[in-house]
Amino acid sequence: MKLSQLEKELELRPLQVYKDEEWESAYTSDLLSDVMGNAPGDSVLVTIQGHKNTVAVATLAGIKAIVLANGAPATADMLQAAALENIAIFSSPKDQFHLSCKIGKILNLP
Amino acid sequence: MNPGIPINTTNSPSVILELIHRIKVKDVMTSQLRTAERTTTMKEIQRIMRENKISGVPILEDYRLVGMISVDDIIRALDQGYIDSNAELHMSKKLIVLEDDMPISFGITYFEKYKFGRFPVINKEKELVGIVTSRDITLGLLVELNKTIEEMEHQIQTTAQPLREGQERKEYFVRQYDYEQAGRASTEIKKYLNEKGVDKKILRSIAVASYELEMNLVNHSVGGFMIFTIQPDRITIEAVDKGPGIPDLEKALTEGFSTANDWIRSLGFGAGMGLPNTKRVCDEFEIHSEVPHGTHVKGVIYLKKEESAL
Repeated sequence: MKLSQLEKELELRPLQVYKDEEWESAYTSDLLSDVMGNAPGDSVLVTIQGHKNTVAVATLAGIKAIVLANGAPATADMLQAAALENIAIFSSPKDQFHLSCKIGKILNLP
Repeated sequence: MNPGIPINTTNSPSVILELIHRIKVKDVMTSQLRTAERTTTMKEIQRIMRENKISGVPILEDYRLVGMISVDDIIRALDQGYIDSNAELHMSKKLIVLEDDMPISFGITYFEKYKFGRFPVINKEKELVGIVTSRDITLGLLVELNKTIEEMEHQIQTTAQPLREGQERKEYFVRQYDYEQAGRASTEIKKYLNEKGVDKKILRSIAVASYELEMNLVNHSVGGFMIFTIQPDRITIEAVDKGPGIPDLEKALTEGFSTANDWIRSLGFGAGMGLPNTKRVCDEFEIHSEVPHGTHVKGVIYLKKEESAL
């Protein structure tokens, strides 16, 4: 599935122009070590960690997009790093639980 | 007097950046404090300032910081004729504080941002433990700078280990609390190995081990080196630092055990998963540590799993 479809279905706000890549799974966590160790590749990360280190972890773990829940702000250097690494950054006023449930439906998780 | 310290905290020479991230507020602050209470008169505080040659007095209530009186407040009190009234009526209550284990780069940024002459320093338990002025930071920096330059002069003569045939080595210096550059070594090594066609799954293991060790240097060490030695069949990832060392290795290797403070945790680190994660993804793993001299972690990941299994 394309990231643009995710944007539409979850009513996300893209924080900058992004490359419309394919994604196939998702992970929800605010602990970067947990994300690093357990998030699947080609995935979408739902988190409230809106800073540059999240982009570093996403790059290393092969995460395609970061969805900032609860309207958590992104720092300017986060956006800059994300643009450089081709990682999409979205924002949503909804919380992590609701976003994760919706993504679960999109992915037809049992 | 402008209390600002003319050092750019992101764009200075790397030696300076390393120092301002390594030296902590508690290393330079004054911990012998002259304090007063809410009911102390402004006149009494003026006397405390004069006798101790200080320009700011914290106001405490049950060991808890509730306000500050600065020399400016005293001048105003003299000028407007309320020098005999109580401190609590005139103290600044909106306080900006520093934490004692923050690096002085925070202090430098605060002095630039808030234009105060001094900041109260609190510990993890939110108790007042010191006061720091921009002069304290400048002096602390100067003393450390002296030591560092001396060390560098010695180091210039030392030579790097020679490489064997078919080996490649990449080294990165990692600074304590440098969250700007954190992850750079891991990202670069991953890109490099990806271009060399290393299998995606193995690449992920390398990324996990490398990133965890790199973040350990950032979060817990005084700074150190990430050294990657690449051979046709394996990559050796080493994290070497000069301190402070790990007092209990068994605990450090236990999932969930962490010594990280609150603001490291607020960034999403310090979950106590670093070393256990690293050990899990490595084919060979060694760790040596000595307090206070430093830690050496060495992880090996095989690049050709099938062949090594045969």
